[in-house]
Amino acid sequence: MADFEPVLLANIHLPDSHTFDVYEGKGGYRALRKTMRELKPVDVIEMVKASGLRGRGGAGFPTGLKWTFLPKDHPGPVYFLLNADESEPGTFNNRILMEEDPHQILEGLILSCFATRATAAYIYLRYEYPLALERMQRAVDECYRARYLGANILGSGYSLDVTLHRGAAAYICGEETGLIESLEGKRAWPRIKPPFPAVEGVFRKPTVVNNVETAACVTQIMSRGSDWFKSIGVPPPADNPRDAGSYGPKLYCLSGHIERPGCYEAPLGITVRQLVDQYGGGVWRGRKAKAAIPGGISMGLLREDEFDCPLDFSGPGRYGCLGLGTAAVVILDETVSIMDYLYNSARFFAHERGGQCPPCREGTSWALKILERIRAGRGRLKDLDLLAEIAGSIGIIPGTTICGLADGAAWPMKNALSKFREECEETIKRTNPKGWMVTDPVPALEAGITVHELKAVH
Amino acid sequence: MATVIVDGQEVELPSGSALNGIQVAKQLGIEVPHYCWHPGLTVVASCRMCLVETGRRDPATGQITMMGKLSPACQTPATDGTVFVTNSEKVRAARAMVEEDLLIRHPVDCPICDKAGECHLQDYHFEHGRDQRRADIRPFTSRRRPVGDTVTLFVDRCVMCTRCVRFTREITGTSELMVINRGSHEEIDVFPGYPLANKLSGNVVDLCPVGALGDVDFLYQQRVWFMKRQPHVCAGCATGCSIFVEENQDRVYRLKPRENAAVNQWWMCDEGRYGFAHLHSPDRMTSPRRRGDSGWADVEWSQLVVELDQQLRAAGRFAVVLSPHLTVEEAYLLACYARSVDAQALIALGPVPTEGTDETFPQGFTISAEKCPNRQGVAAIVQHFQGSLLEFAELPARMAAEGVRSLWVSGGYKTDWPATAAIDFGSELRLLIVQDLFASPLWEQATFQLPGAAFAERAGSYVNRHDRLQSFAWAIRPPAGVMVEGQLYWRLLGRPGLYQAREVLHEVARELLYFAAASEPIAETGVDLKVLQLAK
Repeated sequence: MADFEPVLLANIHLPDSHTFDVYEGKGGYRALRKTMRELKPVDVIEMVKASGLRGRGGAGFPTGLKWTFLPKDHPGPVYFLLNADESEPGTFNNRILMEEDPHQILEGLILSCFATRATAAYIYLRYEYPLALERMQRAVDECYRARYLGANILGSGYSLDVTLHRGAAAYICGEETGLIESLEGKRAWPRIKPPFPAVEGVFRKPTVVNNVETAACVTQIMSRGSDWFKSIGVPPPADNPRDAGSYGPKLYCLSGHIERPGCYEAPLGITVRQLVDQYGGGVWRGRKAKAAIPGGISMGLLREDEFDCPLDFSGPGRYGCLGLGTAAVVILDETVSIMDYLYNSARFFAHERGGQCPPCREGTSWALKILERIRAGRGRLKDLDLLAEIAGSIGIIPGTTICGLADGAAWPMKNALSKFREECEETIKRTNPKGWMVTDPVPALEAGITVHELKAVH
Repeated sequence: MATVIVDGQEVELPSGSALNGIQVAKQLGIEVPHYCWHPGLTVVASCRMCLVETGRRDPATGQITMMGKLSPACQTPATDGTVFVTNSEKVRAARAMVEEDLLIRHPVDCPICDKAGECHLQDYHFEHGRDQRRADIRPFTSRRRPVGDTVTLFVDRCVMCTRCVRFTREITGTSELMVINRGSHEEIDVFPGYPLANKLSGNVVDLCPVGALGDVDFLYQQRVWFMKRQPHVCAGCATGCSIFVEENQDRVYRLKPRENAAVNQWWMCDEGRYGFAHLHSPDRMTSPRRRGDSGWADVEWSQLVVELDQQLRAAGRFAVVLSPHLTVEEAYLLACYARSVDAQALIALGPVPTEGTDETFPQGFTISAEKCPNRQGVAAIVQHFQGSLLEFAELPARMAAEGVRSLWVSGGYKTDWPATAAIDFGSELRLLIVQDLFASPLWEQATFQLPGAAFAERAGSYVNRHDRLQSFAWAIRPPAGVMVEGQLYWRLLGRPGLYQAREVLHEVARELLYFAAASEPIAETGVDLKVLQLAK
C-alpha cells in the first residue's frame, strides 16, 4: 500500500489544474495523440479488456465487455453517454474530477468514443454541479480549439462531437436507462431491458453509457498500459471464477464521522479500517465507530466488527451488503441511532423514487410512514417484521421492479434490521413503552397519521 | 411451430406468432392479472401485476431450467421452449404484494365509484389480495378534476398504469395526458390550457383499469351490474365500429367499443360513443298518423298495414327511397315490397350525409366523413333492383319522367332530414309515405307519417366502407308506438310471424352476388364481402 501513487487525482492540487495548458503540460493528451496515430479502435477495446477495468458507476460491469456488446455492423450513429449525474448520497468523486481535472475525463471520453466508433457523445451532468458544468464546458471548448474534438481529429479521419446536457436534479436520472430517457427529453422512467442500451439506447440507437471515473481510468490505461492497471487491486477470489476481479485505482469518498473527510485514491481492495485509519485520520473526535456505509447509501451497512471488509467489487457482497457501489464510505459513530439512519435513508428513497413500479413506489413510502410513526413514539415490534418484508420484496433481485434502484432502497433496511435488530427493538420499546407489544393491525382510518401530527420523541 | 408450456400444459403456437405470456395463458383459459399491459399499446411492464415464473426447456434434453426471479409475463415473449408458471406460491405472494401496495393510498370508495363492478383493482384484489389491511396510513379521498370535456379524473383512484398516457401518445398522437410529480405523489394530469380534447378521448375511460378516469356522460347514471351488454355496430359513420350497447330496461346508458381487429381494433370515436342521445329524445315520433280531410288521425299499425297496401296498389307508379340507415335486410324487404306493388317501381338510395373529410389517426383508426352506417349495403341492393345506382338527387326528375304517383321515403337520420327544405316531388304525387325518427319539412308534407326505429332498435346487418358485413340483433325495444322497419316490411310482404333478419340475409346472399359470403354463419367480427367476390 505504501508504494501506491495516486494517478487519477495526481494533478488536482496544481493551480489551475482544470485548464488545458496545465493538463497538457503534465503530459495530458499524449495517449490520445499516440492512439490516434498508431492504434485502431479494436486495439483500444483490447487494451481496456486486458486491463480488467470495471465500470466505476456502481454496478461494476466490465467496461471492455460492455463495449463489445454494440452491434457489429450497425449503420449508426452510435452514441456515447457519459453518466455525470452523480447523486448517490455520500458520493463526490466525479465532482472532484470534473471540477479539478476535466481534461482527464475528456481524454478518456474521446478514447472511449474512438474505441466504440461513437460519433456523438453526451455528457449528462448533474444539475447541482454548476462549477463542474462551467469547467467541463470550458474543457470541451478548449478541446475543440485544440482539434481534439470536432471533424477529423488530429488528421485521423475520426470525428466526434460532445454535447453537455444539464439534468434537472433527480436521483432516478442516474439509472442508465432513466438517464437515456431524460436525455431524450422524457420522464426519467427506466426502460425495460432487454433491449439493453448497447443495442437500443439514446434515440433508439446503440449507446455506451459509462461513468465519469471510468473515462478517467481509460485515460490512465491508455497512457500507462493495461499491465500497469492490472498490477493494482485484487484478483478474483479463487472460489468464484465468474468474478472479474477488481483492478486499478479507485476514488473513495470518505465522509460522516471522520476526522479528515474527503476523496482519496487508493487501490481497490483496501479495507474500511485501512481507509478510516490511514486516510481519514480515525473516527471523529476519537469516538468509536458503530457502522459504515460501504459505497453510497443504497449499498447497506457494515457493523464495526466488519470493517475488515475489503472495498473491492465482491467484498461488501460477502458481508451482506449490496455491493461496492460508488465506493462512498460514510462512517456512523456510536452516537448515531440506527432508527435515525433508517428514517433518513427511507426519506431519501421515498422522495427520489421513479415511481413506475408499485412495489417500490408504494413500498418505500409505506416504509417511510412506518419509520415516521416509530419516531413519533408509536412503534411496535411487529413493524420491524413488516419493514423486513417490504425490504425483501422490492428490487430486481426478486424481480418485482424494472430498475435496480429499488434494491438500493431495500438494502439499508435489510442490513439495519438484520445487523442491528437488537438496537431497533430496544429503540421501539424505549420510545413506546405502552404499545410496543401490540400485534393487532390498526384500523387505518383511525390510526393514520400525517406528517404534521408527528412530534419526534427523543 | 413453437411449443410453450404454461402451468404444465403445452400450447402449440403457429410460427411467426408474436405473443407474450399473458396472451398464451389466455389461450388456455388462464388469466394472468395485469394493469399496464394492453394489446393495442406499447409494453412498459411497470405495474408488476403480471409477474410470473419463467423458464426454458432445453430442446435437446427436455430439461427445464427456471429463472430465479420473477418476470413480467407481458414482457416475456412466448418463444419455442418458454415455460410459464402462473400459479406458484411465489407468484401468488407477488400478486398479493402488488395489490396491497396499490391499495395503500387508494380511497376504496367503491360505493360511489362508477367503475365498481367492472374494476380490475376490485376483481384482482378479491382474487389475489390480502384479506386484512396492514398499512395504517390514512388513504386519500377521491379528489376529482376534469381533464377535458368528456373525461374527469379521480386522482387518488389511479394506479399509474399509464395506459391513458400511452394512448394519447401512440394512438391519437395528441399527447395531452402526462404524469406529473414523482414517486408516490405521481398523478395523471394535462398541461394548463391544453385539456384532453381529441376525437378519441372517450377511449381512455375504457382503458383505465380502475375508476380513475370517469366518463362525464355516463357519470353516476347507472351501476354497471344492472346493465346488459348487447353486441352491436355503431351507426355513426361508415367505419362501422363494433360496439356493445349497454342498456337497462330498454334505456341505453353507454356505448363501448368491442374488439374487432378488422374494423376498429379496441377503439371508437367520441362522436359514435356519445352519439346515442337521439334514441331517448322526447322529440321522437311515436305514433303513425294519416292525413285526412279533417287533419291528422292516429292509425293502428295493423290497420295501417292493410290501408297502406291498398292505397299503394291503387295509386299507380311507385318509388321508394332506401335510407343508408336501413339494414341490408330491411332495404331488401322494402325493395321487394315495392316491386311487388309495382314491377317497375323506382328504387333510389336515400341522401348520404357527409361531414368534412375522413380523419385517420397515427395507428390507422379512421373516422369516416360519411355519417351513415350502411351506404355500401343499401347501394348494392339499389343497384341489384334498379340495375344502376339511382341517387336521391336524380329521383325527382326520374319520377316526373315516369309519372310516379306514390313515394315511400325511409329515413332514420338522427338529426334533421339531410335535405332540410321541403322537396318538390311534383304535383302528380298523390301518396307520400315518410318513415323517420324526427319531424322535418318532408315529414310535414307526408300523407302517412310512420315513426321509425333507431340503430339500437334494429336487427340485421350493416356493410361498412371496406365491404365488411356485420350482423347484430336488436339491443333495446323501440319506444311504444314505433314499429321497427324490418317488422313493418315483413308484414307488408305478408310473411307470417316476426321479422327474421337471419332468414332475410340468407335470401339476400342467394339473390345478390355481392352478398354471397354472407350465406355462411356470420362471425362476431363480421365477414369480408370482397373475399368471396374476388375468388369468384
